[in-house]
Amino acid sequence: MSAPRTPPVPVDYRTIERIAGPLLFVEGVDNAAYGEIVEITLPDGDRRTGQVLESRRGLAIIQVFGATLGMNDTSTTVKFSGEVARLACSDEMLGRVFDGLGTPRDGGPKLIAKDRREIVGNAMNPYSREQPSEFIQTGVSAIDGSNTLVRGQKLPIFSAAGLPHNALAAQIVRQAKVLNASENFAVIFGAMGITSEEANYFLKEFEDTGALQRTVVFLNLSSDPAMERVITPRMALTTAEYLAYERDMHVLVVLTDMTNYCEALREVSAAREEVPGRRGYPGYLYTDLAQLYERAGKLKGRKGSITQFPILTMPADDITHPIPDLTGYITEGQVVMSRDLQRRGVYPPIDVLLSLSRLMNQGIGKGRTREDHRGVVDQLFAGYATGKDQRALSAIVGEEALSDVDRIYLRIADRFERRFVNQGYEEDRSIETTLDIGWDVLAELPERELKRIKPEFIQKYRKAPAPAG
Amino acid sequence: MAQGQVKRVSGPVVVASGLEGPRMFDVVRVGELGLVGEVIRLVEGDATIQVYEDTTGIRPGDKVENTGQALSVELGPGLLKSIYDGIQRPLNVIQQQGGDFIARGLSAAPLDEKAVWEFTPTKKVGEKVVPGDILGTVPETPLLTHRVLVPPGVEGTLRRLAAGRYTVRDTIGEVQTAEGKSVPLGLSHRWKVRVPRPVTRKLPPVVPLITGQRVIDTFFPIAKGGTAAIPGPFGSGKTVTQQQLAKWAEADVVVYVGCGERGNEMTEVLTEFPHLEDPKSKRPLMERTILIANTSNMPVAAREASIYTGITIAEYYRDMGYDVALMADSTSRWAEALREISGRLEEMPGEEGYPAYLGRRLAEFYERAGQVEVLGPGARPGSVTVIGAVSPPGGDVSEPVSQNTLRVTRVFWALDASLANRRHFPSINWLSSYSLYTGDLGPWYAEHVAKDWAALRNEAIELLQKEAELQEIVQLVGSDALPEREKAVLDTARMIREDYLQQSAYDEVDTYTSIGKQFRMLRAILDFGRRETEVVGKGVALSKAVELPVRVKIARMKTQSEKEGLGAFDLLDREMTDGFRVLEEEVVA
Repeated sequence: MSAPRTPPVPVDYRTIERIAGPLLFVEGVDNAAYGEIVEITLPDGDRRTGQVLESRRGLAIIQVFGATLGMNDTSTTVKFSGEVARLACSDEMLGRVFDGLGTPRDGGPKLIAKDRREIVGNAMNPYSREQPSEFIQTGVSAIDGSNTLVRGQKLPIFSAAGLPHNALAAQIVRQAKVLNASENFAVIFGAMGITSEEANYFLKEFEDTGALQRTVVFLNLSSDPAMERVITPRMALTTAEYLAYERDMHVLVVLTDMTNYCEALREVSAAREEVPGRRGYPGYLYTDLAQLYERAGKLKGRKGSITQFPILTMPADDITHPIPDLTGYITEGQVVMSRDLQRRGVYPPIDVLLSLSRLMNQGIGKGRTREDHRGVVDQLFAGYATGKDQRALSAIVGEEALSDVDRIYLRIADRFERRFVNQGYEEDRSIETTLDIGWDVLAELPERELKRIKPEFIQKYRKAPAPAG
Repeated sequence: MAQGQVKRVSGPVVVASGLEGPRMFDVVRVGELGLVGEVIRLVEGDATIQVYEDTTGIRPGDKVENTGQALSVELGPGLLKSIYDGIQRPLNVIQQQGGDFIARGLSAAPLDEKAVWEFTPTKKVGEKVVPGDILGTVPETPLLTHRVLVPPGVEGTLRRLAAGRYTVRDTIGEVQTAEGKSVPLGLSHRWKVRVPRPVTRKLPPVVPLITGQRVIDTFFPIAKGGTAAIPGPFGSGKTVTQQQLAKWAEADVVVYVGCGERGNEMTEVLTEFPHLEDPKSKRPLMERTILIANTSNMPVAAREASIYTGITIAEYYRDMGYDVALMADSTSRWAEALREISGRLEEMPGEEGYPAYLGRRLAEFYERAGQVEVLGPGARPGSVTVIGAVSPPGGDVSEPVSQNTLRVTRVFWALDASLANRRHFPSINWLSSYSLYTGDLGPWYAEHVAKDWAALRNEAIELLQKEAELQEIVQLVGSDALPEREKAVLDTARMIREDYLQQSAYDEVDTYTSIGKQFRMLRAILDFGRRETEVVGKGVALSKAVELPVRVKIARMKTQSEKEGLGAFDLLDREMTDGFRVLEEEVVA
């Protein structure tokens, strides 16, 4: 994939002209390649890695992965490797823990390189993609029922400080399965700037459920250099591609927290004095995020798949903030967490109306989930939305001012939250259970209101109306 | 070939020195791999190049070659059913060459050079020909006959033209110009993407592009040759709406440009279209479709080029006298590509970091749409309709891309997140959307659908407006406090919303509604509403009217197949009359 030629002989440069933020400006370099990896040796012998961000005759601008602490502009040396960033991939990675740059951090041995892959993957040819359509049962009704996940999808969790996104992610990793299939699976966990407490939570979860042996962890903690975070998700996804397309595995990639990743990008952009886009984030944030998220998918004629679960925290719960906003434009839907539901004790507090799965339609219906799935879910959405409106209304005018039908909708909204969305952290619901609960929620609605469901399914699945209340 | 050297590289922007006589927008090849790029700035002998492929590994000193040609596309039979990247490389060929991931530096002929086409001439040797003249035809797909035209700029006497089986590389004939020069003719020719193809003149749009989507055809129609913008936040259904239009719009050719969007969406189109039938010809929709796919993770500069590639192809089929519809999803990503390149060039930014020329570039693009009289004799019409999706950050249309788009487009389909959240699809807001073509298209609807079409449409819109006003009162006092008459208005409006405007893209019948059925559906709903108001005025309880079984039947009309004609509506009308008569009689009794 790289240029077919021998790289120049590595030379040490001691010509750092300027150090600004995470950037080094090295003079006298005439032929650094864009994207080339460099090794930086500090006066005290310490080594860091960096990458060429811009190259001109006589100048190379280098982004340092790690702190610039201790570097100087006299005796620090920069060595150009002649290579772009690569990661040595092998089966032995399963069960191991690496740092954000792919170096072992579990005290285990260094990996023997089997397959050294460029970490900036080429774009998947849209013509080679296979349309994702295999239903993944997560056992969580708010996802399986109303925002169904399929293999090869990228479905982020939009969360915020104080919401149980980690618990939900762990529950999904634990419970996710494709019905009637027992195939090779693996989990890649890429952590960017999370606390050691959060990291330990996930590691313990994986260990308790026995998933650790099938997991590759890339860990960049909040105390680790922020610039490493720019690389971490690429390490995770490169490993995922290796396992999926070379080893035929179904890979689930959890990336957390994308907000920290974007902030690291912003830092680099600010240091380069680029024209900022919205809120100081670089204008190419969309393209950059797309290069990560679009690495999810399936390929025709290959067994493996990559399903992505990026987690991001919305600053100030703001879904229009550039990070969730651009993410939502790239990913195939989103699972949105709601503080309001959390306050009312609903777990998982998923705002079903704001959430969406764009690939849902390919994964549901007869032969995949159940024939009535689409209709029931559409009806639930409509009923819940109407019920929420009535709830807002009754807060002003009182429940008495509502019509009888409106009061039914009000109860449906309550039941939907309490019975359908709400479930246990350990509760693993089958898709049939989820849909049956959906019919329970709708039971009180007169048949003429069930416009979204085909009459034959109403005959077949509708429950007798439950007593009011 | 003048060879230069890379002087500087930063992302997709490369500066080269030493090129001999580079011109603006010349296509160049960069580095050993020969990455495709385009000259976008010239300063003191240095050429700034935007590169259409990933520049990782490029270093100062690498060679740069000027092809001396502007970025152009090849136009000829074989375009249909193709899937191209932003600079017209066929993605299926690229896959054969480079595997499942797009390798760099590949080049592939846009049109299959081995395919043999059966050419039937319609002109005779010795005849005078002018640009746009139809030389003959090639059956490109069972859905479309490719008309081989005299390319713009070629005029003279036909010296040679023969029927036969040709590839796009063969010469099919020869024209002798007035100056005595001989110009060879082929099935294909090249055209610069940044230059609009010439037409005789533009015509006013008077015929609607029927889409089978009720909210569009009935409320906010678009004319053939018109322009429309679909802005909306993520998840509001832009892509599904675009795809629905690509599927069902009554166009001869559809060019679908996936510009900086999801890879899986292009796959969806590729997987679905070959299995979907054109409602009229019953042929696979793919046979009239061309896809341009530059997904979000593909190189950003090629994204900038992709919409020009798309519209040039659209203009080519227009020139044959066809109605072409172009969907661009999404123009915001295209604008962001402009912004990214502009930022790398360190240009002074305009609003929100977008370059100052954003508005001009958008206007130039949309101006290439239109109902026209194409070149050549016979005053033949052709059209390019452009429908652009816009992805405003946070759904706020006050941002520059939306605003500049709205200034030049004449239809605005406002997608509404709150409608989408309650799964009201298509989530086109009926209060804030508009179509400036309604007046121009009125006569067509009156003639081809029904005389009272405009009256019905206005009645429905008024009801929805009335509903919005009443809802404000309901918010204060509750719906029970309203008089029965107004409750009946709310009920009718609800029927319009739920039983008419909501349309499922996933239901095999509901996905497309003919204009005739649209009329009958709307008439039935409004009839019901009128009678409901009438009997309520006579003292019938609204709940009685709402419970009439015919109301459920009206609601289910949208999923009722049109195969057996629209006779079901006559039954429905009768049942409605009977139902309401019984209610009235009960009150009297």
